[in-house]
Amino acid sequence: MRLARALRRSLELTRRADRTRAIRPGMILAFTTLRNERPRLPYFLNYYRRLGVGQFLMVDNGSTDGSAEWLAEQPDVSLWTTTASYRRSRYGVDWLNHLQWRYGAGHWTLVVDVDEFLVYPFCDTRPLEALTGWLDDSGRRSFGAMLLDMYPKGPIDAQRYREGQDPFEIARWFDAGNYTLSRNPRYRNLWIQGGVRARAFFADAPGRAPALNKTPLVRWTRSHAYVSSTHTLLPRGLNLVYDRAGGELASGVLLHAKFLDMITDKAAEERQRREHYGGGREYDAYGRGLDASPDLWCPHSTEYINWRQLEILGLMSKGDWA
Amino acid sequence: MTELAPLGFVMLCHTALDRAAQVARFWAEAGCPVMIHVDRTVPDAALEPLRAAMAEHPHLRLAPRRRCEWGTWSLIDATQTAAQRLLAEFPDLRHVCLISGSCLPLRPAAEMLAWLDARPDTDFIESVAVGDVTWTAGGLSDERFTLWFPFAWKRRRWLFDRFVDLQRALGIAREIPRPVRPHLGTQWWCLTATTLRAILTDPKRRRYERYFRQVWIPDESYFQTLARLHARRLESRPLTLVKFDRNGRPHVFYDDHLELLRRSDCFLARKVWPRAGKLYAYFLSDQPARGTPVEPQPERIHRHFDRANLQRATGRAGLYMQSRFPANDAARAVTAAPYSVFSGFAEVFDGFERWLSDTAALRVHGRLFHPDRVRFAGDAQVWTGALSDSAALRDYNPRMFLSNLIWSTRGERQGFQYGPGCAQHPDLNHMLARDPNAQISVITGAWALPLFRGDYTTDDLRGHLAWLQKREAAFLDLLRSEQTRARVRIWTLAEFLEDPDAHLAAILAEIAPALAATPPAAPPLRPLGGFGAFLARMRDDGLPLVLLGDYPISERRPAP
Repeated sequence: MRLARALRRSLELTRRADRTRAIRPGMILAFTTLRNERPRLPYFLNYYRRLGVGQFLMVDNGSTDGSAEWLAEQPDVSLWTTTASYRRSRYGVDWLNHLQWRYGAGHWTLVVDVDEFLVYPFCDTRPLEALTGWLDDSGRRSFGAMLLDMYPKGPIDAQRYREGQDPFEIARWFDAGNYTLSRNPRYRNLWIQGGVRARAFFADAPGRAPALNKTPLVRWTRSHAYVSSTHTLLPRGLNLVYDRAGGELASGVLLHAKFLDMITDKAAEERQRREHYGGGREYDAYGRGLDASPDLWCPHSTEYINWRQLEILGLMSKGDWA
Repeated sequence: MTELAPLGFVMLCHTALDRAAQVARFWAEAGCPVMIHVDRTVPDAALEPLRAAMAEHPHLRLAPRRRCEWGTWSLIDATQTAAQRLLAEFPDLRHVCLISGSCLPLRPAAEMLAWLDARPDTDFIESVAVGDVTWTAGGLSDERFTLWFPFAWKRRRWLFDRFVDLQRALGIAREIPRPVRPHLGTQWWCLTATTLRAILTDPKRRRYERYFRQVWIPDESYFQTLARLHARRLESRPLTLVKFDRNGRPHVFYDDHLELLRRSDCFLARKVWPRAGKLYAYFLSDQPARGTPVEPQPERIHRHFDRANLQRATGRAGLYMQSRFPANDAARAVTAAPYSVFSGFAEVFDGFERWLSDTAALRVHGRLFHPDRVRFAGDAQVWTGALSDSAALRDYNPRMFLSNLIWSTRGERQGFQYGPGCAQHPDLNHMLARDPNAQISVITGAWALPLFRGDYTTDDLRGHLAWLQKREAAFLDLLRSEQTRARVRIWTLAEFLEDPDAHLAAILAEIAPALAATPPAAPPLRPLGGFGAFLARMRDDGLPLVLLGDYPISERRPAP
């Protein structure tokens, strides 16, 4: 059903740069949709190249800032373009499900946006392949990494992001301990909300705060599919990235570099397009807040150091990968 | 050609043959012959690095290739054949060590050779009597030796399990050939050539083999058992460091383990990630051999991985996060650390919160569950962990609000005021009652005092009092129930006022034991004049406030 839908939506994709013949068995593949993210791209690609991603399979959704042109020139990017509706492709999920179905089977696949940066235990000393190899040995097919919203100290647009820069030089702060979890019995995944977005934008309507649970790294087969963004997978067993008996499974964090100066324009545009989840409701909330260029920082914000800090804070876990 | 050393190796490998070849060269350069067994399923082309090494080092030999399957006899078969050939081709060996392609030597070859020179008659093989084994995964230890295992566990798990069930049901028990006494241990050993030869040429070898072919995971029992029959001096410890996770898979070593491995002074470690370039570069380089003999000290590494196994198995108490979400009652502790809940104290004492935080090592919050806003200590808008004072955020999941607060502030004990006027959620009350970390002290009926004093006004005084009384009664029922695991103290207002200092001291002694010797003076009581008359009026209005206990209705002040 979902796969048929993905196939139908795949007709909307135009092949722009096809380097999929360079994909080798065992290669870790990254899948991404984007729109007008040109300044973010160089750092994004380099970050994941360094971790050992073999190829990036990307869908450009009508960028007008030269993103597609730049990506098409990258030696390890295969690029598709489309001007179809992001919303109607269920926020890009259909496009990527199709590409994963076509190219991802048998590989560990990583689905991330260009502002999401995977941090996992020992990521400073062990490449991604060490993690996926260990997951294979442990019989795990998926790896959870919750979204951690990062923000600068001071007004969001006070510091300008330069192309190629590490975004976490600016957005260095996060909320360490205000997350709420509940279990979604339908898909068995955990529903995580909270963090700075709940604190700053949804304090009156916490139920509408965006979901932060993500399972971006999956050993893909043709019977797998994402249901909504990377929050939920089918078959449901893939969502069991947590222990119910008190133990801890290994998990990571997706550092989210959303709150940089570019977001002010982005929010304005997305409020116009209404192409985002919940009719851009989230962007409405930011917009109202962002018009004043808010300072998301608070005296109890935590400054980011490294993965070990996140693991001590209990935001992620080594599990028994030591 | 290097002079032949008295130590030889049997190396079993099936992947990362370039790394295996590197290690084989290391030993060959020290004069140690290596008989290499490569699984038959490995394509010939992959053997190229090994062939290159063999071309340079005549001490490296390839053993006849068998197809090996995990947990089956084929591994023993391959080992036996390779060992026989090694002993035949290098008859002067004194020790033979069984290693895998992913075993890495951690010390200079000269140190290991010297160490073994000092122990020429000793066999090093972990060998534990089967009744005393505690580590076997999957619950099979004795039964490995008494049941039949015709189905491969890795490929035909269902048949394997059903066949075990069937044999258990039928009470099947194979006979163990005498004088064999089953022993178990890790599969990597270092035996004297004498013992190894004795095992391989034992006249009863065929008989033992017939038996061990049907034992499950014979590579952890065949040599471990038979060495007991032939060894002159047996030390039941392997020279190869291996740590297993809870599923029986060996923990893998990566580049960041370099220091840990270096300081362990173990001779060999497995298993090493093939791409751990730093480890291979460091340990296969010419480290200078130390003059004085150093004993292997694997304890640090054991502790390192034991901690990891514990984190996987029981996790960090009181932590709820994306990969630890204990079902209700699955975890022993609901929160991360002890904390104190006070009900009625701020109503009875003047300046209770300030007094408490001055007296005890305790962070004293106001009413965290105040209906309008979270009342953090000092009226802060945000608290550790960036917890917001928004009542809506808190009430979205009050349990997690509290467990987050206790988790984020571990190291500093927290206390807060809680009463029937708070935003009470049944889930939260249940959590408090069954949390062994909660110290709950209640002065029942104290909620009436602010209303009596007019600190708090309402159009429907009587209705409000009735509502508070009902809520408190329900909370007390919960605290008095069988499931309660919190440390609970309950006094009626009348009871408490009989000896407030003593009652307060008892609570404080638990929070700060140092205070038990010299209990501090309690803060002043708030004035209670006219409260008896107020109660009498309520009673006559048809609302007896029973939770206060037998508070004197007359105007007489109660004894302080």
